[in-house]
Amino acid sequence: MADSKYTAFFARFRSLLALALMVLALSLLSEHFLTADNGWNILRQISVNLCLSIGMTLVILSGGIDLSVGAILALAGAVAAGLLKNGVGLPALDVALQFTTAGAILAGVLVGGALGWVNGFAITRFQLPPFVATLGMLSIARGLTMLWTGGFPITGLGDSFGRLGTGAFLGMPMPVWIMLALTAVFVVVTKRTRFGRHLYAVGGNERAARLTGLNVSRIKLAVYTLAGALAGVAGLIVTARLDSAQPNAGLGYELDSIAAVVIGGTSLSGGRGSVTGTVLGCLIIGVLNNGLFLLNVSPFWQQVVKGLVILLAVAIDKMNTRNRDS
Amino acid sequence: MSTDTNLILEAEGIEKSFPGVRALSGVGLRVRAGRLVALLGENGAGKSTLMNILSGVFPPDAGTIRLDGREVRFTSPLEAQTHGIGIVFQELSLIPHLTVAENIYLGREPRTATGLIDYRRLNADTATVLARLDLKVAPTALIADLRVGQQQLVEIARAVSAEARVLILDEPTSSLSAHEVEVLFGVIADLKQRGVGLVYITHKFDELAHVCDDVTIFRDGRVVGESRFADLTREAIVRLMAGRESQELFHKTPAQLGAELLHAEAVTLPGEGVGRPFLVEQVSLTLHRGEVLGIFGLVGAGRTELLETLFGLHPERATGRLSIEGRAVEFVSPADAIAAGLALAPEDRKRDGLVLPMSVAANASLASLDRTLRGGFVSETREAAYIAPYLERFRVKTPSLDQLIVNLSGGNQQKVILAKWLATGPKILLLDEPTRGIDVNAKREIYAFIDELAGLGLGLIVVSSELPEVLALADRVLVMCEGRKTAEFSRADATPERVLHAALPDLAALAS
Repeated sequence: MADSKYTAFFARFRSLLALALMVLALSLLSEHFLTADNGWNILRQISVNLCLSIGMTLVILSGGIDLSVGAILALAGAVAAGLLKNGVGLPALDVALQFTTAGAILAGVLVGGALGWVNGFAITRFQLPPFVATLGMLSIARGLTMLWTGGFPITGLGDSFGRLGTGAFLGMPMPVWIMLALTAVFVVVTKRTRFGRHLYAVGGNERAARLTGLNVSRIKLAVYTLAGALAGVAGLIVTARLDSAQPNAGLGYELDSIAAVVIGGTSLSGGRGSVTGTVLGCLIIGVLNNGLFLLNVSPFWQQVVKGLVILLAVAIDKMNTRNRDS
Repeated sequence: MSTDTNLILEAEGIEKSFPGVRALSGVGLRVRAGRLVALLGENGAGKSTLMNILSGVFPPDAGTIRLDGREVRFTSPLEAQTHGIGIVFQELSLIPHLTVAENIYLGREPRTATGLIDYRRLNADTATVLARLDLKVAPTALIADLRVGQQQLVEIARAVSAEARVLILDEPTSSLSAHEVEVLFGVIADLKQRGVGLVYITHKFDELAHVCDDVTIFRDGRVVGESRFADLTREAIVRLMAGRESQELFHKTPAQLGAELLHAEAVTLPGEGVGRPFLVEQVSLTLHRGEVLGIFGLVGAGRTELLETLFGLHPERATGRLSIEGRAVEFVSPADAIAAGLALAPEDRKRDGLVLPMSVAANASLASLDRTLRGGFVSETREAAYIAPYLERFRVKTPSLDQLIVNLSGGNQQKVILAKWLATGPKILLLDEPTRGIDVNAKREIYAFIDELAGLGLGLIVVSSELPEVLALADRVLVMCEGRKTAEFSRADATPERVLHAALPDLAALAS
């Protein structure tokens, strides 16, 4: 009955069923929904959220939360754009470093990873609650973005960088490639590596994990660093797609990614959930947004509906957990 | 119906079971106006369960409670309170960031005409109550700023101020100073004068002579003695608490002692600010191959803390020397201890031992996952193949390895923990209350496994607050009381009376 594989399967099955029903209903309601173009649209639209949400899944599985990913996204995008456009001057050495596209991309991911590491350091070393540590980082990263950009967008980044957002390879948009690759990597990381197993153990029962000899701090540090780096990747996609680094990019994205993780069946108390669930969660949100848009539903109503879906998904999940524990 | 005119509260035939354990079977208790009845018994004898039932924390499975001759049934602590039953719990239940006055009158705050809290009256009333307890703190002081002893007095003040007719005190003196204890005894005498009936749980025998009128003695969820205090000697009480029909659970194989495996010297663990200055104080012990060392002590004796310290959980506070097989070692984390061949099965399985959202297989392999990797990646096939023999060895009953651990019985969960550690190839097993909350058949199996593992040359330290368990399993018994080692007995010398004497605070000095 409560075999772990079956429960995981049924949880997945429920999300899949919900997604299938939505697709079916929208196909009947709108002739524009079930087209190849619209399909790519949806995938492109969810790619940024999925990058953030994969990182958020790791964080939530470990029993934490990360409110700073939206702000880190903005800073990483702005840093990459700034380095690409203006380089960086080192007056003391009388040199001005120019950055290639690859260099700027690497810098963006590193900035994200570094800020994520700081989150993890504050949480493991100073025992700050993740909510507080990452709330602080949200403000810090947003402020740094404003300082770096002076509050103005950095635009005109060139074609080679732009390809990251708008290009295609073998007929598939680049953001979708990135999204698929990251999904594949992190499904393997969570399900097939020692780190992944330890991550579930830390989130499921930190005390037991410590008594089993796991290095809880190192695992958490890695989780927040990865979440930051993935936010950096998301920042690059956003910046490349708009050919512009907006200081206000990613505002509130952390909440969308938490929503996707939760709809995907990952428990906010940690230790239970999966990356594949999160992919379904992102798809459900993406299809819902897209469908309501096609049906000319006001964006305000879209928010209301999204909220209801979150509540419904978690209520169903809770009901199931309660049945299992009794 | 009783002819006893002073009787206020009478419980009869109380039964209570928890999953896997029968906590109370057919227990009765009589509380009389103006008298104090002391409840005595080992940890786990059922005293606290009965108190929880009387104060409405949970209902009994069967039995009746009569108040003034009328049958009552409490569905919540609030209901028991409104019927005049007050309780001071052993664990503090105050809210740290509210004031003394706010805590004492929590839920029954005096109001002004407008419905707001009448702080003037609240604080004035509190001052009166505090004066009665000779407690010199301001009504507006925060609980968090008080010493533990003062907090305990505030807890007592809360119960006293509710003008309860029956007052239950669960080890009220455990962190009080000598003066505070004296004041408390004065308050108790005063309450008796006013006709309040008192129930008093304690492990400190010397207190009884000051306050006690009647005693009720518990053992294994039954009442084994009920008498006026004056009619019983200390020795008679200890015999009633300890003595029991020999449990034919298990026959120990004579130990084949090998070389010295573990030696700990002067292990000391300071407390964290509140409470006793030392949780573990200057404890030394030696463990050999093939030996089972039993550690007995009452709750709070420091047994769990001793095991945790040996296991490298308190590197920043603990002091003392440790050697494994003659080589000095120092553990700064459990990982170090595990690498040196130690394993710890913790007392609270759900809190410390198991990852509840994970499967049986994932829990069992958590400490030895490295040995099952294929090319650096987790392989569920290899994992299952590696761990299955260990689970079979301990006869874990589970429909499949993928079953969630939370669905197994307590006994099977404990066996999974044993399998998990055995899979790491340990030399030393530390078992903290290995049979807590599991049924008698699983208990018997665990005993047999402990015996078997000792036969294989492992050294085991078994901590237990069940005396018969320690006596049945151990080759040597080390007794702890209030953080110190008070006695050590060979198997032949360890009689129930001697061990219990060494474990009881004021008798410990006599035994060693």
